[in-house]
Amino acid sequence: MAFDKMELRDIEVWDGNHAAAQALRQCQIDVVAAYPITPSTPIVEGYAKFLADGYVEGEFVLVESEHAAMSGCIGAAAAGGRVATATSSQGYALMVETLYQASGMRLPIVLNVVNRALAAPLNVNGDHSDMYLGRDSGWIQLNAYCPQDAYDLNFIAFRVAEDHGVRLPCMVHQDGFMTSHTAQGVKTMTDDVAYSFVGDFKPMNDMLDFEHPVTHGVQTEEDWHFEHKARQHNDLMTKVMPKVQAAFDDFEKLTGRKYNIVEKYDMDDADVAVVCMGTSVETAREVATEMRAKGIKAGVVGIRVIRPFPFFEIQEALKGAKAIATLDRSAPGGAPGMLFNEMAGCLFNLDKRPLLSGKIYGLGGRDLTKKHLVDLYTELQANVDAGKVLTPLQQFIGVRGPKLSFL
Amino acid sequence: MANRGWDEFEIGAMLRSFDGVSNDIATTQQEDRNYSQSNSFVASVADWRIEKPIFAKDFCIDCQFCWIYCPDMSIIARDKKMIGVDMDHCKGCGICVEVCPTNPKSLLMFPEHADEEAELAKWPAKESKEK
Repeated sequence: MAFDKMELRDIEVWDGNHAAAQALRQCQIDVVAAYPITPSTPIVEGYAKFLADGYVEGEFVLVESEHAAMSGCIGAAAAGGRVATATSSQGYALMVETLYQASGMRLPIVLNVVNRALAAPLNVNGDHSDMYLGRDSGWIQLNAYCPQDAYDLNFIAFRVAEDHGVRLPCMVHQDGFMTSHTAQGVKTMTDDVAYSFVGDFKPMNDMLDFEHPVTHGVQTEEDWHFEHKARQHNDLMTKVMPKVQAAFDDFEKLTGRKYNIVEKYDMDDADVAVVCMGTSVETAREVATEMRAKGIKAGVVGIRVIRPFPFFEIQEALKGAKAIATLDRSAPGGAPGMLFNEMAGCLFNLDKRPLLSGKIYGLGGRDLTKKHLVDLYTELQANVDAGKVLTPLQQFIGVRGPKLSFL
Repeated sequence: MANRGWDEFEIGAMLRSFDGVSNDIATTQQEDRNYSQSNSFVASVADWRIEKPIFAKDFCIDCQFCWIYCPDMSIIARDKKMIGVDMDHCKGCGICVEVCPTNPKSLLMFPEHADEEAELAKWPAKESKEK
């Protein structure tokens, strides 16, 4: 192929956006159809620059909306290319209709989602509202906690999504600004090593195979729709996790960096645990270690694969805990919170289940401080000592005014 | 195909046009193509038609206007000769009648239940031009 390779240092100082853009370059994406939106803009801008500078052989398609961006990606993927884009927040919301098209058509598109709050009121900072919006869309959703993860998980995403036993689109989530604009040391792969991990794109049922013409995007009514949705759900539930695990294993062999479907931290003997996602996982780990010094056996469960939901892996991770709190970074809209509900579903049928409470935090980029987590672990330990949840089941962390609690 | 279960089809609601390899489809007549079961060519997709075209061969000049204009490729023509209408795919839109230049027209619309032979027997006569 006619493109230049880029010399990278073993460790580069990259923010999450640049890490993702470099991964797209190294995977040699054929088509990026994009409509830029804060805070994800530098990802597609980065790809466009690599393309203009001759480091990628591909097409960059500037479109008029995020709906068109994902539609362009769907067309290019159905035609038989390696396809990716990036978005955030309102753009992601506009993309939702086409997200379902992509997964239903089984097109292995990779979407980098730099998580940001949803208006109104308008807010460009990080929370998980947009990520939650797509959780029933039939995509695989991987969650990065830092720029290193954002880089690595893109390779995992292409490897899994494009596998002919999977053929489902995959999102790589990172926290807006907290990951996307925070520069950290990122261990790199050389272009050759990185590309070898994902390999050449292997088309399947592609429209450019003229010897085998196919129709994509068909209509089915009550006579067929259910079967197609059942097949898609079956494949999500049974085929994805083994491929993700295999990709994690191969990636560890290649780079020494180990990823897990559920990231357990000090959970072997933990009495109290916090379940969370994104950058909060790293903060919670630091606080958990400090709580251990104070005699509280604290642990953290970070969710790496959000969809398909790691039901049994979470059961296994939490089975020994006595009190847990879920941290949802999304306004729950009149419900207990996604993680609270998912944990309740996981744990309900266990013989011995931990005390469960749910926290809403960090909306619109509000900081989750170490003090918040110290207080939370202390509260969870009090629940363990009392043998019951002493607080309301749903509480808001870090919002001004009188303490806000429900349920 | 109608009773196939959820795990018995290809993924992605993707439909194949033909079974096997199709190398030279543009020069292969429809009746010689290896259409797959999921191709609408092998199904009737005309059951909502309420008016149908009837073809009066005697007046046709094989101009091919109907063949060009038909939006559903339902005019059957071979060697540039009009043969008839594919009634499994014709939706009854009447465009073929509209574009037919002969006098009288070689295609006219009738209710779906009309008898073809009876209508052909009383086909309109040539209209004389008024001076």
